[in-house]
Amino acid sequence: MSRLSQALRGRDDTGPWTGAYAPYDLIKELCIAVGVIALLAVLLAVLFSSPDDKPSTIAQWSRQMPINFVTAAAKELDGTSPTAEYGPPYNHNGEGQHAAFLYPQKWLGVSHPINTANDFVIDPLQTVPNDPALQSAIAQYQAAPEKTQKAWGEAYAKPLEEYETALEEKKTPTNAVALSSTTGSVSVQASGAGPVPTLMGGLLSLAKSGGLDGSLLTSKQFFQTDYTKPLLFMSDGGLLAERAEGQHLLGEQWGMMNETGSYPGQVWLWLYTLWYQVEPFKSSENADILVMLVMGALSLAFICVPLIPGVRDLPRLIPIHRLIWREHYRAGGPPPAA
Amino acid sequence: MSTTPTPTPTPHGSWTGRVREAAVSALPPEKLLPDGQPTYVASWIYVFGVASIASLVVIIASGSILSLKGPAWWHYTGVGQFFNSVHLWAVELFFFAMVVHLWGKYWMAAWRGGRTRVWVTGAITFLVAVPTALTGYVSQQNFDAQWIATQAKDGLNSVGVGAFFNVTNFGQMYSYHVLLLPLAVVGLVTAHVLLVRRHGVVPPFALESRPTGGPPEPAGEQPPPVGAVS
Repeated sequence: MSRLSQALRGRDDTGPWTGAYAPYDLIKELCIAVGVIALLAVLLAVLFSSPDDKPSTIAQWSRQMPINFVTAAAKELDGTSPTAEYGPPYNHNGEGQHAAFLYPQKWLGVSHPINTANDFVIDPLQTVPNDPALQSAIAQYQAAPEKTQKAWGEAYAKPLEEYETALEEKKTPTNAVALSSTTGSVSVQASGAGPVPTLMGGLLSLAKSGGLDGSLLTSKQFFQTDYTKPLLFMSDGGLLAERAEGQHLLGEQWGMMNETGSYPGQVWLWLYTLWYQVEPFKSSENADILVMLVMGALSLAFICVPLIPGVRDLPRLIPIHRLIWREHYRAGGPPPAA
Repeated sequence: MSTTPTPTPTPHGSWTGRVREAAVSALPPEKLLPDGQPTYVASWIYVFGVASIASLVVIIASGSILSLKGPAWWHYTGVGQFFNSVHLWAVELFFFAMVVHLWGKYWMAAWRGGRTRVWVTGAITFLVAVPTALTGYVSQQNFDAQWIATQAKDGLNSVGVGAFFNVTNFGQMYSYHVLLLPLAVVGLVTAHVLLVRRHGVVPPFALESRPTGGPPEPAGEQPPPVGAVS
């Protein structure tokens, strides 16, 4: 045991200091430091303030990008959106990420259950009063077998996806999707879509009115602070990403370590973000877990620096300490007692 | 003529007495609050440790003001915006000071002489400070919070952490940010500082060959004065 602890400690001839002492006032030093740092923080606050870009809402998204909103909503309904296929902790529609035999996402299970069709589309629509056509469409949709529901959803979503793809590729979009400049409604020429066009029209109206923002926050109790549903729904669409790209916040732009405007952001996350910029992480479907595992291992190594041969020996071999303690060495010692 | 009261002996089996004796034995007052430092503690690099603690004081002070007024206050008042800005910049200064401090301590090999726990508590403090800041960023109730939450969730979900640490749940993140994680940071910093006081500032490496003809050792008190590290 003693050999093991000696091996872990490595070479260490550091003994208690037997040399001279200089007067030192710890409390005074701390007070001065607090004063200086407070002044510096106030100065930086006065000069640069802090960023505060207003949050996006589903109402904004549906008004500014109605076709994009309807496309995302259609995918939520037919179960093909990123959230619908996410897997744990939101649903069982995917296994989540893994690394070799490690499936922690799957092992921890579904802790925040989300059924995108019901939670994002059907349930909010059921709160809309005095709309018999919409309620009839909901009843028709709910009464249909799952296979039929899927077929309706896919038939409606297909032209919308083609439209969005054409826009992304800067090609002429299909005529099957049109936006009314007078009413702001979206029309989709889709045969075999059953009641889905009515559902989507109703959801777009609800979203524009702001009702969907509130509906997605509704829970069994009055007070609510969990924004998981509206945030996941919005992140399935294009508004957040469009704003993020304009503010250099996308993953390939070093992502969330930045913040809006020209502020330093979370620069301490640089190493975490770095891995996403390089292979094999960059193109991996399991990039998140791989990056987290690498960072977990590096964090453990960071804590254990005193125990890692080589890493703990570098400071002795690379004499930066001569710069730090130049006054001490210039004075010729004394060396610590062995 | 006054009489000095005779100290009452600790009753046998007193838990309080044992804790006091252990505490005083580990950290006698002259070690806890020293008024002397070894002469080698003479470099600007030593400033960054106390600068980290000073930044933490400013963070907690500005954060407390923001907490007193509630999470939305800073969005619609100039005073609130000012204190939010102070909070933000104090965080930036905290991380800057801490990173320089850690690099400095690395190149000093400050874990030598039985100081492994000093390094370990410092390193863990840095690692705990990262989610403390992250929970602040996702509690801002602005576009940054929305975007960072939707991006950070994937990394956390991938390792299962998202099951109990949901960055899209504002209420949960706010609790973590204003209470649980700051408590952890303050606790770790306290342990770190107490360990530094117990073991003293790490001495320089002994030179393999001492320079000849150098000036004589500057005069100092020998044996060490109050606050000396044994």
